[in-house]
Amino acid sequence: MKISGAEAVIRCLLAEGVDLVYGYPGGAIMPVYDELYKFQDQLHHVLVRHEQGATHAAQGYARATGKVGVAIATSGPGATNLVTGIADAQIDSTPMVCITGQVGKHLLGSDAFQETDIIGISTPVTKWNYQITEASEIPEIIAKAFYIARSGRPGPVLIDITKNAQFDEFEFSYEKCTGIRSYNPVPKLKLDKVAEAAALINNAKKPFIVFGQGIILGQAEEQLKAFIEKSGVPAGWTILGLSALPTDHPLNVGMLGMHGNYGPNMLTNECDVLIALGMRFDDRVTGKLATYAKQAKVIHFEIDPAEIDKNVKTEVAVLGDVKEALNAILPLIEKRSHDSWHNEFKELYKIEVESVINEELNPTNGKGISMGETMEMINKHSKGDAIIVSDVGQHQMFACRYAKFNSTKSNITSGGLGTMGFALPAAIGAKMGRPDREVVAIIGDGGFQMTIQELGTIFQTQVPVKIVILNNEFLGMVRQWQELFFDNRYASTKMINPNFVAIAEGYHIKSKKVTQREDLDAAVAEMMASKDSYFLEVMVEKENNVFPMIPTGACVSEIRLS
Amino acid sequence: MEDKTFTISVYSENNVGLLNRISGIFLKRHINILSLNVSESEIENVSRFIIVVDTTEKWVQNIVGQIEKQIEVIKAFYHTDEETIYLENALFKIQSSLLFDEKQIQNIIKESQSTIVTVSRDFFVISKSGRRSEIEELYAKFKPYGIMQFVRSGRISVSKEKMEISSLLEALN
Repeated sequence: MKISGAEAVIRCLLAEGVDLVYGYPGGAIMPVYDELYKFQDQLHHVLVRHEQGATHAAQGYARATGKVGVAIATSGPGATNLVTGIADAQIDSTPMVCITGQVGKHLLGSDAFQETDIIGISTPVTKWNYQITEASEIPEIIAKAFYIARSGRPGPVLIDITKNAQFDEFEFSYEKCTGIRSYNPVPKLKLDKVAEAAALINNAKKPFIVFGQGIILGQAEEQLKAFIEKSGVPAGWTILGLSALPTDHPLNVGMLGMHGNYGPNMLTNECDVLIALGMRFDDRVTGKLATYAKQAKVIHFEIDPAEIDKNVKTEVAVLGDVKEALNAILPLIEKRSHDSWHNEFKELYKIEVESVINEELNPTNGKGISMGETMEMINKHSKGDAIIVSDVGQHQMFACRYAKFNSTKSNITSGGLGTMGFALPAAIGAKMGRPDREVVAIIGDGGFQMTIQELGTIFQTQVPVKIVILNNEFLGMVRQWQELFFDNRYASTKMINPNFVAIAEGYHIKSKKVTQREDLDAAVAEMMASKDSYFLEVMVEKENNVFPMIPTGACVSEIRLS
Repeated sequence: MEDKTFTISVYSENNVGLLNRISGIFLKRHINILSLNVSESEIENVSRFIIVVDTTEKWVQNIVGQIEKQIEVIKAFYHTDEETIYLENALFKIQSSLLFDEKQIQNIIKESQSTIVTVSRDFFVISKSGRRSEIEELYAKFKPYGIMQFVRSGRISVSKEKMEISSLLEALN
């Protein structure tokens, strides 16, 4: 059966199980949109208000569901507007397929209207990209795109399709991609390495686990829990590993890195064996590499060979699928409790509670509402069951430090790229992917205004997300750095903000603003009880700081409590 | 760790755009490519990049890892100069009259074991294959007589040890 390239695009998406795409139409992608109109009962298209919103929504969808998110845009500015979200997905290993329209093949390279070299532009920030110039290439390339995006260490793929390829007809057939000669997504697990790792763990006096998003991507949460419980090894998490292990698990010792918990950071430089599971030793986690865990033998469970020894020299590298590796190591692990070692974490946690956490959750001296207590209020009403989507800045650190999670895939944030403007559209995607779950976006007043237009998407789709703006009228994290490291010179960080409630109400979203502590409980309760989308602005203490903190370039055990 | 010269060999599918991806890996790390050659390899439909850089072993390991991550890259290797047989090729274009007026030029050609590729009324072209130092030495000898044009290729090299690419491909196919 001969069909157009544009129809083939839709049929390929359907064959890959896609039922929801985010996008924005324009000249060079119009044939695909014309087919979307025809297939709208099978493939739901969400019209965002800016292409960046489409990528973040697709990311939120992917992170909440584990499926591939899809974003569609036109050529030129449509395509370039995708780049931030693609870069974000690349560094956070989020499976995403972006489809862009392109000018006709005969116009390529002629600086035609709305032509950009999106292949060249997106090359450094995609796992793979490809420009289709003939309709007949569409099935094979889209099949490859989905295979590459979701397999191994996931990532974003961009497919650019010239307009002639969308119009031309060809004999359509579709076959899913199951392998590519030059691409080995999951290295074969070596059992001798597993045995070496087990021996090191069994002989360790002070072993310590750091786990990252690899656990979630590899669907190895149960294996992680079993491994921790049998080995008795305390476990800390990276920002993207958050929610892979329930917050209240007794061996969960908290967050690592720049604004992580005191105990796990301090004790990174005390452990004798450091077991890294599905994490990549990001500089925000390691601090100064020259002093990071130098006393420890490092075991690195990792799917991506390029990450081995990239930042931290490993004693044993266990390459492969983390779920398979944990299943293999579990029988080799001796049951231990490591009580005295675990007590060291508890002692340090007590210090952190006394010097930081108590004050954050129960501010004294007439201080305004804190971000931490707002998170605690959300915990109270969500009971740890919500998906928390956070933007980037101080509120993100407070959200990750204080939000409580019972189940996996519940923490969605921009980790590696630190993209302000991420949360509002990502929350839309998360809620559409998981309509059964409560989705709460935590956003600062700065980041909110970077993608504020997506309130329009919420209004149009009626997606019932909850939006909490923690408004300190500052670009809070930059201000904190200015206070601590730039002699209180607040260069361009004070925000004169509009009436956010009026704006949200302009989009017919139910809204409330809280300025007094005594109103917070009822407002959060009302928000969480709402069946519709809800906008809550909380005016928080202006010059609150996130502590603990490891200053840039400092050693993890030089973490500051104030 | 000190800088050394490394020859990186990349076996890849012959696809448009891969050069951009690979060169970007060096760009991101601010590492200057000293020489780059891309050609067909001994395996049908498989291209081979030969990239020469001065860097540390840690960085070259890191870069090779990043190169191998690229979807179309089949395998990448790195070698020190001692581990490879390598050479470059250079062409020198020189005025024809000098061949007759400057007898020394003929001696230079003989001694350097370079080859006359063509001779026309106005110019002749010398080809010289060898190590960079041999080409630079020849350049220095010709220079006083005037070189109309000079061009040098990227390094090509083969490893002394067996490169396990064919058996790898057999396993993949």
